[in-house]
Amino acid sequence: MSGYQNLSLLDIAIAAALIVVNGALSVALKLDLERKLAWAAVRSVVQLLAIGYVLGWVFQFSRWYVVLPLMALMTLIAGLSASNRGRRTYLGQRVDSVVSIWVSSWLVAAVGLFVVIRIHPWYEPQYAIPILGMILGNTLTGVSLGIERMTEELTAGRGAVEMSLALGATRWEAAQGPARQAVRAGMIPTLNQMTVVGLVSLPGMMTGQVLAGQSPLQAVRYQIVIMFFIAASSALGTVGAVLLTYRRLFSPEHRFMASKLVEREKPKRR
Amino acid sequence: MSTHADTPLIRATALTRYDPVRHAVLLHPTAFSLSGGQRAVVTGPSGSGKSVFLRALALLDPVDDGAIQWRGKTIARTGIPAYRRRVAYIAQRPAMLDGSVEDNLRYPFSLKVYRDVHFDRERVIKLTRRAGREADFLDKRASELSGGEAQIAALIRVLQVDPDVLLLDEPTASLDPASALEIEALVGAWFDDRPGERASIWVSHDPAQAQRVGERQLVMTAGTLS
Repeated sequence: MSGYQNLSLLDIAIAAALIVVNGALSVALKLDLERKLAWAAVRSVVQLLAIGYVLGWVFQFSRWYVVLPLMALMTLIAGLSASNRGRRTYLGQRVDSVVSIWVSSWLVAAVGLFVVIRIHPWYEPQYAIPILGMILGNTLTGVSLGIERMTEELTAGRGAVEMSLALGATRWEAAQGPARQAVRAGMIPTLNQMTVVGLVSLPGMMTGQVLAGQSPLQAVRYQIVIMFFIAASSALGTVGAVLLTYRRLFSPEHRFMASKLVEREKPKRR
Repeated sequence: MSTHADTPLIRATALTRYDPVRHAVLLHPTAFSLSGGQRAVVTGPSGSGKSVFLRALALLDPVDDGAIQWRGKTIARTGIPAYRRRVAYIAQRPAMLDGSVEDNLRYPFSLKVYRDVHFDRERVIKLTRRAGREADFLDKRASELSGGEAQIAALIRVLQVDPDVLLLDEPTASLDPASALEIEALVGAWFDDRPGERASIWVSHDPAQAQRVGERQLVMTAGTLS
């Protein structure tokens, strides 16, 4: 590739030293963030180096039985971290979030790899892994926001939900208000992203392709395609997660099982 | 709908409920039946299971044992919304949706189970007058109602669709005496509209009210109804 500047470890060290800026600010303003900063810096370096080595290895062995398990692992991690959010949870939330992320992101990735980009073989890791990764990252946000909002709406609006049921509403009639709010909440980050892309933010993938020597016009085409993959998958994932939550919390006897919603021991917010 | 004088409206047998977490008994096996023309009152200390009993009859909470029959028939899953249309549960704290009082009164008609009936403004204004309010009550914002007004609106929301049974879960517990009397008058008028056909269960902790709102006095003590 013409004009591509490889980075040495020294270059990385110089960039990493910029963390000192954050440290100095933390000390000067008494933010008490020094330890967190150091930990975050170490983590990001270690995680990225590790994934670099893993990907390097996977790219060498571009076999389906290497790529597929890696994709599955990525999906599982995305599903589990999506379920870690929110003040309230319920039995089975983890399963619901993994299932909704898995189904939606793999469906959209399959359309992307087989129909849109049409690469051969389909598991070519250079395409399959980053594309799935980008889809997962955004679907994760949608799913976790959707579940979080659904449980919050049902907690705050319990009186209204029970009033509807007591009047004779079916479980879906009673739940649809909160469910709509939850799906909206899950889809809005993607919509916001789509409206400012190119104006305020230059997405990492596009920037990366340009840095690697790709023409901006081609890079933009890829970005457009990815944007729609992301939108489709996070919408599907959010709707799926909200519906699964609904099924857990409303019984076929048209009851709202509020006692299944429990507050987390230690609230984890990311 | 024809009423058979000998078949009770609601018949509960061995209705039992445990606390799902601590496995304590919330409601000991309870047999109970309610016929048209009966006004039952349940009193008892708070936490004794009055609400548990009423919510079980409304099928709002799962029971661990026992069965409920409506007019001599068991209630299928798909029949639960229709049952709740006939047997209306009124909570202590009225839940109002966003919008005006009228929006709230129109809400039931958006539900599948009320497809055969329509919102009748004249009828609702008559009910509003019965509660000592004028027609402009319908234009008020639901969020700006006092506790008493909200409970009146919630009651009209239910009464306008002619339930056969009212399950009143301390509907006046947090209201001033004047509002409480208005609620009692509304329920009384509903009961008298169809002599011998309608029935109510009123949970109350006020002995004077208990005397006013029913003839059949029951007491709940630690999950046992007597």
